[in-house]
Amino acid sequence: MASSESIAEERISTKPKHQKKEKVFVKTIKRLLKNKLAVFGLIVIFIQFILAAFAPWFASYDPVQQDLINAELGVGAEGHWLGTDNYGRDVWSRLVFGARISLLVGIASVSLGLIGGIALGLLSGYYRKLDGVIMRLVDLLFAFPGILLAMLIIAMLGTSLVNVVIAISIWSIPTCARIVRGSVLSVKKQEYILAMRSIGASNTRILIKHILPNCMAPIIVFATMRMATAILSTAALSFLGLGAQPPTPEWGAMIATGQDFMFTSPHLTVIPGIAIMLVVFAFNVVGDGLRDALDPNMELEN
Amino acid sequence: MEQLLQVNDLITSFRTTGGKLPAVRGVSFSVNEGETLCIVGESGCGKSITTLSVIGLLPNNGEISEGSIKFQGEELTTKKEKELRKLRGNDISMIFQEPMTALNPVFTIGYQLMEPLKTHRRMSNKEMRSKSIDLLKQVGIPDPEKKLKQFPHELSGGMRQRVLIAIALACNPSLLIADEPTTALDVTIQAQILDLIDDLKTDLGMGVVMVTHDMGVVAEVADRVMVMYAGNVVETGTVDEIFSSPKHPYTKGLLASVPNVDDTDHKLEAIPGSLPNLNETIHGCRFHPRCPFAMEKCVEKDPPQFKVSQQQYSKCWLQEEGISSEPKDRAYS
Repeated sequence: MASSESIAEERISTKPKHQKKEKVFVKTIKRLLKNKLAVFGLIVIFIQFILAAFAPWFASYDPVQQDLINAELGVGAEGHWLGTDNYGRDVWSRLVFGARISLLVGIASVSLGLIGGIALGLLSGYYRKLDGVIMRLVDLLFAFPGILLAMLIIAMLGTSLVNVVIAISIWSIPTCARIVRGSVLSVKKQEYILAMRSIGASNTRILIKHILPNCMAPIIVFATMRMATAILSTAALSFLGLGAQPPTPEWGAMIATGQDFMFTSPHLTVIPGIAIMLVVFAFNVVGDGLRDALDPNMELEN
Repeated sequence: MEQLLQVNDLITSFRTTGGKLPAVRGVSFSVNEGETLCIVGESGCGKSITTLSVIGLLPNNGEISEGSIKFQGEELTTKKEKELRKLRGNDISMIFQEPMTALNPVFTIGYQLMEPLKTHRRMSNKEMRSKSIDLLKQVGIPDPEKKLKQFPHELSGGMRQRVLIAIALACNPSLLIADEPTTALDVTIQAQILDLIDDLKTDLGMGVVMVTHDMGVVAEVADRVMVMYAGNVVETGTVDEIFSSPKHPYTKGLLASVPNVDDTDHKLEAIPGSLPNLNETIHGCRFHPRCPFAMEKCVEKDPPQFKVSQQQYSKCWLQEEGISSEPKDRAYS
């Protein structure tokens, strides 16, 4: 009896020790993998990454090479398993290169938006004097509907993918700044920040080395969710003719050219549409999963 | 013994919507090397604000409006933030009340221990590592190599407080400010932490300012005691004087409200009333509305500090010569 008790005790005492040794990162990933939808999202994102990274290997044709003899072939046509568009360009190849564009534009615009948003959020959360000014600026940006703001910026800068990146990143800044500011406000009141000041750390050091890491969870979730919005907006802007210009194999632009052939060859709009939907859905689901996985209140359930 | 810290007529006030309110109203005290000064008083009497003024970490809306703080002969109130930063953690260190929240949850113990060394000392990573292991050993943490890699949530409250003490001691400060270091700890751990602070004080020859509202802690560690009430120092003296012959009615009240374990029939005597608000204007002595010994004079005029003995001072009209200290109605037995 006594020995079994001590063994049980040992189990209790050793088990959590091993678990605690795992890095927070591993723990978060594990929790994320328990969420089935998030796993689906991760797979879709992974596939998109692979396609984007090795686009020339996956694409069997040049995405902008016209072949007017084989125009508007349907799905399953010989040599073009997703068919061809009105100029005879291979839809699969265009889709694969489009994955590259949407991913690049998404990552670039989200990173730029994060840099701006985190900087503004940290400053306005930490320095009370800057808070009013920065937050009013953010309110100003919030006053415009997002897509209109992006269109306004593109109208000023001209239509190109680079300008789409700039427009979407500017549009991401206010939301990100507010999220970061909120976290900073709660973290800076913690005693460990006062303790850091009591050992003589400078404001910059406290802000970057001690406050920022504590705000990371909401920022990661925001970035993932924002990827979805960024990809969707890129497609939307390209569809409207404000982003990628015609020969570029961009998903939104593909739908735009395909809509004239809606009834003769519906695959020209449906296929890129499905691609956009899947990717946006995937990023949203992973974002949701991450939010749950990073939520400290979920600890009790596991 | 050399004088380490000399505070004179310190007035610290806060900007509020109701105007500028003084939380500390003309406090003077001094700390010598190797000496422990305990600041006692009810919550909100200005103890913590006094210590935060010394280290220069007042909240945004607080400021030192008058008085001087001299540390090792240097005036601190006129120093720039940058110069103060060099002192903090290096010459003056602070331990906080809540070991649970005073460590950053996202960094390892080792990383946080090296922070003061990174800020104030130029050391290689290897030196910092060995120094932090020494520090952890010094504060009595077993298995320091392993602890360096652990996160705060993996340690108990007492261990965390030890880590905080180690962080505070990293650069061998000459003055240690401890703001209720044991309030959040178990009673058994409390004694250990107090002993540790006491031992380190003798080993390193630091001056210690300890803020507390626990008279038991005072009896355990203090050399001298300063009793504060509503932003004023009402009595100072050596620990023996304060416990054996308290002069100020407030000190007597504080001592009477300490539970007595040996005497089961002992009735706790609470001080009637509550601490006045910062914006309350009280004419005369700020304690008189709650004082069982209050006289007419107390309402009319604020008493000065009366010298009782070499070290003991009491801010009460009762100490004025010629007035018998027989109370009107005996409040505290």
